[in-house]
Amino acid sequence: MASLDDLKKRISSVKSTQKITKAMKMVAAAKLRRAQENAEKGRPYSKKMNKIILNLSSGISDKDNAPKLLMGSGDDKVHLCVVLTSDRGLCGGFNSNIIRKAKSYFQKILNEGKTLKIITVGSKGYDQLKRLYNNNIIEKISFKESKNINYFDADKVGKTIIDRFQKKEFDICTIFYNQFKNVITQIPQEQQLIPLQSSETKEDSLPKDNYEFEPEEDEILNNLLPKNISTQIFKAMLENSASEQGSRMTAMDNATRNAGEMVDKLTIQYNRSRQAAITKELIEIISGAESL
Amino acid sequence: MSEEFKLEIISPEKSFFSKDKVTEVVIPGYEGEMGFLKDHISLISFLKPGIIKVFSKDGEELFFVEDGIAEFKENDLSILTSSIFNLKNKDKNYIEKLIIKSEEELTKENLDDQKRYLINHKIDSLKSIN
Repeated sequence: MASLDDLKKRISSVKSTQKITKAMKMVAAAKLRRAQENAEKGRPYSKKMNKIILNLSSGISDKDNAPKLLMGSGDDKVHLCVVLTSDRGLCGGFNSNIIRKAKSYFQKILNEGKTLKIITVGSKGYDQLKRLYNNNIIEKISFKESKNINYFDADKVGKTIIDRFQKKEFDICTIFYNQFKNVITQIPQEQQLIPLQSSETKEDSLPKDNYEFEPEEDEILNNLLPKNISTQIFKAMLENSASEQGSRMTAMDNATRNAGEMVDKLTIQYNRSRQAAITKELIEIISGAESL
Repeated sequence: MSEEFKLEIISPEKSFFSKDKVTEVVIPGYEGEMGFLKDHISLISFLKPGIIKVFSKDGEELFFVEDGIAEFKENDLSILTSSIFNLKNKDKNYIEKLIIKSEEELTKENLDDQKRYLINHKIDSLKSIN
C-alpha cells in the first residue's frame, strides 16, 4: 500500500489537474457560444451560394463547354482530400473522428488503385496522418497565428486548391470537417467540392427557373465557382471551430468529473490507511503494556 | 395589393440585413445601376463597387458594397457580398481613408484594365457619398 505521504501528494496533484480542466471547460464554454453563433450566422451565405450555383448549372445548355470546376476534369484518377482539423489538442474525439472518417475514405481510394493527395489544414490532423500517409501529404496549412476564423484564411486555402486544379494536379477534391450539431454531437462530414456535387439536389429539385444574367452566364459561373469553394471551406472552418469548442467542453467536463471521483477515492484510501496506522500503533502499545 | 418584397443581404460572417417589406431596391449592377420593384423578372447579377439603396415605408437606407452577387427570384431579393457597410454608421473620415487606400491601389503596376476600371469606379462612388 502506498504510504500516507504518497497518497497526499497524489490527491493534491489530481486536485490541481482538476482545476486546470475546470478552467479549460469554462474557457471552451465561453468560446463555444461565440463560435456557435458564427457558425449559425455563416450558414445562410454558403447555402444561398450553393443554391445560386445549382440554379445556374441546371440551366447550362452546353455541358461540354461548362467550366471545369463545375463538371470536373472528366477523370477520377487523382483524388485530393482536404482534411480540416484543429490546431490544439485536448478536445476529446474531435480530431480523431475526422481522421477516422478520412482514413476510411483514403483506404477506399487506394484500394481502387487511384492516386491520393492530401492537404491538411490544422496541425493536429497533420500529426495524426503523417505516420501513415506521409508520402501523400502535399501541403500542410495551419492558422495558428490567426485568432479568429476569417474569410481571408479560407480564401487562401481555396486559392491553393483552385491553383492546383488548374495545374491539373488532381481530378476530384473532397473536404473533411466536423459539422456542429449540438454541444455533444458533432458529425464528421465529407463534402465533394470539385466537381461540384450538392447533397441538396435531391431535396429540392426545383423547377428550372429562367434567369436573366448580367453579365453572361458563363462569366458569372467562372467568377462564382472559385468563390463558392472558398465559401464552402469557410463554412467548414466555422463549423469546425464550433465543434472543436463543443467537443473540448464535453471532454473537459468529463475530465473534471473523473478527477473529482478520483479525489474521492484517494481520500477514502488515505483515511483508511491513516486509521490502519493508528490502530497498528495502539495495538503495539497495548500488547507492549500487557507483556509487562 | 401590396407593392413590397423581401430583401436579404448576407455576408459570409452573418446575415447582414434583412427586411420583409421593402418597396424598392437600387443596386450597382455589373452593367449599370439597377432598380428592383415587386414582380421583377428572375435575375442574377454581379455587383460592382457602389451604393445599395433600400427604400421602404420607414425611409431610405444606404449601404456601400465592393463586390457581390444579387439574385432576384419570386419577390425575394438576396444579395451575397463579402464587403459591405451601412453608410449611416460610418463617418466621413472612414470614407476618406477608403478613398486614399484605393487611390494607392491604383498606383500599383500589374493592374489589368478591368481592375483599374473597378477601382476607379469605387473611388467615384465613394466620392459621391460626401
